[in-house]
Amino acid sequence: MKKRDNRNYDELIKGIWRDNPVFVQVLGMCPMLAVTNSAINAIAMGMATFFVLVGSSFLVSSFRNWIPKQVRISCFIIIIATFVTVADYTLLALVPKVHKELGAFIPLIVANCMILGRQEAFSSRHPVRLAVLDAIGMAGGFLLALFSLGAIREILGDGALFGVNLFGANFEPWVIMILPPGGFLTLGLILLFFNWFKEKKDEFLADVAAAERSGS
Amino acid sequence: MTVGAHTEMPAPSSLRLVLTLAIAGLISGIAIIGIYESTLPTITANKARELREAVFKVLPGVSQMQQLVYRDGELVATEERRKDEQAVYGGYDQQGDFVGYAIPAAGPGFQDTIGLLYGYTPKDKLVVGMEVLESRETPGLGDKIYKDADFVGSFSALSIEPEIVAVKKGSKARPNEIDAITGATISSKAVVRIINETHSEWSERLPRSGSEPPLGETEPAGAGELP
Repeated sequence: MKKRDNRNYDELIKGIWRDNPVFVQVLGMCPMLAVTNSAINAIAMGMATFFVLVGSSFLVSSFRNWIPKQVRISCFIIIIATFVTVADYTLLALVPKVHKELGAFIPLIVANCMILGRQEAFSSRHPVRLAVLDAIGMAGGFLLALFSLGAIREILGDGALFGVNLFGANFEPWVIMILPPGGFLTLGLILLFFNWFKEKKDEFLADVAAAERSGS
Repeated sequence: MTVGAHTEMPAPSSLRLVLTLAIAGLISGIAIIGIYESTLPTITANKARELREAVFKVLPGVSQMQQLVYRDGELVATEERRKDEQAVYGGYDQQGDFVGYAIPAAGPGFQDTIGLLYGYTPKDKLVVGMEVLESRETPGLGDKIYKDADFVGSFSALSIEPEIVAVKKGSKARPNEIDAITGATISSKAVVRIINETHSEWSERLPRSGSEPPLGETEPAGAGELP
């Protein structure tokens, strides 16, 4: 029983840090760079993707034994596209302002390779519970990544967070940060940090292992 | 058992493949129709409200509006509008007296089409307000055409005949001149050009000042789409 709990927890948590879809797997770059020019856009995009990924993973996993493998990709895309359409109309009805900002990138969630990737690599091979946990973790990691990029770019590029001015009138915003190059720059620096961190961690683990070996 | 379960199955018949996709498509179609039908009233209401707010913003002192369609050489107050017909919105004050037109206009900006609405009072031939409805101008630079309160505010009593001229910031001298935004010259000139072009197109069609269509009895139109 203890082991199963660990498994659940692991599937949930891996997407947030260790296998983060953006910073580690480097998937879903298109929305990542395109809509993160402000924190609120990033969160709206993250929530929409969250809804689509969790919904599709649930359905794909539920029907995994009925879908013949020859047509599985088409079926995944149909399921994903349906959820995207639902998200599209819901956002348009509830928050038209945000929908206007995100524009064409909502329909483009269909083409987010992270979502199709999770269906093919995980949901279609695992029971519903694990598939949903995995989807929540991955979508949570994606949301977190979008938010951190969006927040950094908005703070530096606009001097504000969620539209609230942080630095007063004397702050000269780095306009480049909310332009496309700012997205590439920020993402590049974050990826650099993640890889550096991973290297340090590996080194540390190797040191610990070596110390244990020489100690015993 | 669960891992790769589908790979162990024998090759299914084509019928089964076709059926699977057909059923998936059918269910998906039904779901999409459902969400479309259930959100449509809200979306239409939102659009109508947005348009009303925009009209009231570009025409100060207006509290009622109706759609005026240009049909057979004159403006007709009607809610129906065919695809190839153009429309403006007439703004009326509390007593139902005509105040001005809110005219939708669109044209190329720096990155993509800028769609806007401007208020025009034919009595004194002034542009009295401007509101950008859609644009993809560069954030931080070109988007000042709707974020810069000074620029938007300068369309408050602007003479449009012969035409609006965008001049360098701070050098506005005549009533038909407007300060362009530093760092967004192309975008601000685009706004001015769009208004000028639309105005020269409409000035022929609008009736003589004083003979505008009266406010109709029907509920004000709102759901009309903008270009």
